[in-house]
Amino acid sequence: MTGYLLRRVGGAIVVLLGLSIIVYALFYLAPKDPAILTCGKGCTPDRLADVRAAMGLDASPPAQYWEFLRGLFLGRDFPAGPDVRHCPAPCLGYSFETDQPVTKLLADRLPVSASLAIGAEILSLAVGIGAGLLSGLRRFRILDRIVNGLILAGYAVPVFLVGLFLLLLFCVRLQWLPFPTYVPFTTDPAAWAENLILPWIALAVIQSAAYARLTRAGVQESLAEDHVRTARAYGIPEGRIVRTRALRGALVPLVTLTAIDLAAIMASAVLTETMFGLPGVGQLLVGAVNQIDLPVVVGVTLLTGFLVVVANAVADLLYAAVDPRVQLR
Amino acid sequence: MTLLSVRDLRIGFGNTQAVDGLSFDLEAGGALGIVGESGSGKSATALALLGLHGEARIEGSIDFDGLELTGASEDQLRAIRGAGIAMVFQEPLTALSPFHRVGDQIAEVYRLHTGATRKAARERAVEVLRQVHIADPERRARAYPHEFSGGMRQRALIAMALACNPRLIVADEPTTALDVTVQAQILDLLDEVRTATGAALLLISHDLGVVAGSTDDVIVMRRGAVVEAGATDQVLVTPRAAYTKDLLAAVPKPSPARVIQGGPLLRVSGVSKRFRKFTAVDDVTLDVREGETLGIVGESGAGKTTLSRMMVGLIPPDRGSITLAGADIARRRGRSVQMVFQDPMSSLNPRRTVGESIADPLRLIGEPAPRVKIEALLVRVGLAPSHYDSYPHQLSGGMRQRVGIARALAPSPRLIVCDEPVSSLDVTTQAQVLALLEDIRLERELTMVFVTHDLAVLRQIADRVVVMHDGAVAEVGDVAAVYDQPQHAYTKELLAAIPVADPIEARRRRALRRVELAGAGLSGSGLAGAGLAGTGLAGTGLDGAGLDPEPLGATQPE
Repeated sequence: MTGYLLRRVGGAIVVLLGLSIIVYALFYLAPKDPAILTCGKGCTPDRLADVRAAMGLDASPPAQYWEFLRGLFLGRDFPAGPDVRHCPAPCLGYSFETDQPVTKLLADRLPVSASLAIGAEILSLAVGIGAGLLSGLRRFRILDRIVNGLILAGYAVPVFLVGLFLLLLFCVRLQWLPFPTYVPFTTDPAAWAENLILPWIALAVIQSAAYARLTRAGVQESLAEDHVRTARAYGIPEGRIVRTRALRGALVPLVTLTAIDLAAIMASAVLTETMFGLPGVGQLLVGAVNQIDLPVVVGVTLLTGFLVVVANAVADLLYAAVDPRVQLR
Repeated sequence: MTLLSVRDLRIGFGNTQAVDGLSFDLEAGGALGIVGESGSGKSATALALLGLHGEARIEGSIDFDGLELTGASEDQLRAIRGAGIAMVFQEPLTALSPFHRVGDQIAEVYRLHTGATRKAARERAVEVLRQVHIADPERRARAYPHEFSGGMRQRALIAMALACNPRLIVADEPTTALDVTVQAQILDLLDEVRTATGAALLLISHDLGVVAGSTDDVIVMRRGAVVEAGATDQVLVTPRAAYTKDLLAAVPKPSPARVIQGGPLLRVSGVSKRFRKFTAVDDVTLDVREGETLGIVGESGAGKTTLSRMMVGLIPPDRGSITLAGADIARRRGRSVQMVFQDPMSSLNPRRTVGESIADPLRLIGEPAPRVKIEALLVRVGLAPSHYDSYPHQLSGGMRQRVGIARALAPSPRLIVCDEPVSSLDVTTQAQVLALLEDIRLERELTMVFVTHDLAVLRQIADRVVVMHDGAVAEVGDVAAVYDQPQHAYTKELLAAIPVADPIEARRRRALRRVELAGAGLSGSGLAGAGLAGTGLAGTGLDGAGLDPEPLGATQPE
């Protein structure tokens, strides 16, 4: 177990380093110079050199990367005109665009994305497992058909179409809900949920379809297994068999998918965030890419990578917890 | 007193009639065997007893201790399942839930039927595990099924069956998936449990040897109908029905010894193979002489399949060498050596016709239009030329294995290696396939390596036998010598465990095994003193389930 965790952490570090190198390399292949963009119109060569130095772009790319790594672990100093600006570890630098520390930008955006992801995930799981179970048990034939149809529709319809439809219906037509803005949970939980319900639903339409399909297949497969027949032959009631055996078997693949989906929504639900006006991590990334805002792009990429790596490890741990046959090595 | 009375039972699935007018009685504490090949309706009968036949139509009467089960409600049936009638299934590897601890699964059943406390149920689970001779039952009760071996899982299932003191134990092919020595132990255990608890036993098997030693009466079934019924001693010794005689005749018999003059054709010297940390084959040296049939026998994990695959060059050995007529086997495939695989269903491509599968090796050696040759080959192995265009799923198990043999013969090899070629077949089909192999061997002057776990089959077909144990060769010798005067302790154990179809001989062997166990100090760890009484089925209406106060230690050899 300890060995497993050590290997997992080691692997995560390698993945994150590799990611940051790739992002740096891609950045220097870009045809635009961020210093010229920042310097603006009427930029003199002297001024441009100052801007370069302030942005840390005057060194060679490997040296810049090395500085970035040092900043991440030890903190670093940026020249700011005559003064020096200290950026404490873990330092991801300052945004070229807004001049704010990247860590602060991420810290501002993460709660928004986390709210979106966690709520959407809970809703998707509740609906997906419920529908998958009902359809897997074949209690209602018609339900099986409906779930199947929804699964296909969920895969086929893009999220912005669902979102647009929800906005038109609930905010314009029926006027049951205000146009969403983000209200922090700590300020007003009710308003938080009210504003997030539509994006949750938009995301859940597609995700729950996938979960329903997995649950349905898992339940049907489990119910056909020999140990379920044994349980029946020993008089164990059907409801108990479904709860303790069939669902347990269906849970195994669901756990992995859920952990990875959670990370994916936090980092890259750009369409949903844009449509519902949520200032999340995905929006931050798109803006930064458009402005060649390297520190922000690297920061978001590292955060995304970190979330995915952590989610995978958590999925493995849960997997082992759900199925005693799984050994973590 | 009659415990179970079945009258004119009919079970149908769709258009097929699985059971057609079955009637029998089982006395309380008695033992009845149902014997039949696949499709005889024996398993459908077992499931119908518990109302687990699913969507099948069921007619007739099943009277269990005064309750008519065919018309019983789901609640009534649930109360009977596990508590009145307990079932032991064929596949111990998958019959227990992988998500729950063994002790918890037994305790769950016990609590359900008795309403006992958690603690009492856990204690009962440990107690029944001890009863079935699971060593260190307190610790083992906390293990998961995947931490048990196949034999231990079957013991655990029998423990689960015992938990509520049922009046009837239905064992459906309880030993089919197990090794021969484990099979003997499980059958002995079922017999012991019956005498100790007074539960009646309904033992269902395709194997006459399994039924012979463990039952008082036997029913022979075929295609859903009873062919013959009566006392086991009488039916298996002086059968009246032609089908019973066929079944008994199909049981492998020793064949007269042959003199083999050929020199060594295939030489295996100092061969080892490891898979990660597991040593599958450990320093094996043996010769296959030209013209002989060499049998390789061993239980699961003995390394016989790995060895046979190395013999045909499918996997390379880690150490040692294998040569065929002097040349390294890795360079002598196709025309020289061929293999017949165990499971013809999974070793034939399901999306290609049978003929195309057989044609592959011929095309490889440059035969442009092999169809005519293959049709002749199909006829030779007892199929029709038209089977060229059949798909594997359209054929029966025996026919598929004939295809497997034809595929191996197609490139005219000198040596064929057969890995458990008849293990998945019914006994009469098995006899036919064995006869076919023997005919072809004679006709083509083939050398044959025959790998099996079944000592009886080997005695019929092999000239010499290699006994493998834990990857190494335990004993090599002529068949008669090894079977009559085994030298190695493991060979002796294997031979003692062979199920025999003669009831008297079967009981004699069980008695011998018990005496040996007692000598090894292993008896008395079981039912004796396990305190069967007072385990409490009070209030379930199932109490007084015929507990035999006599402890096991006193019921040794019959």
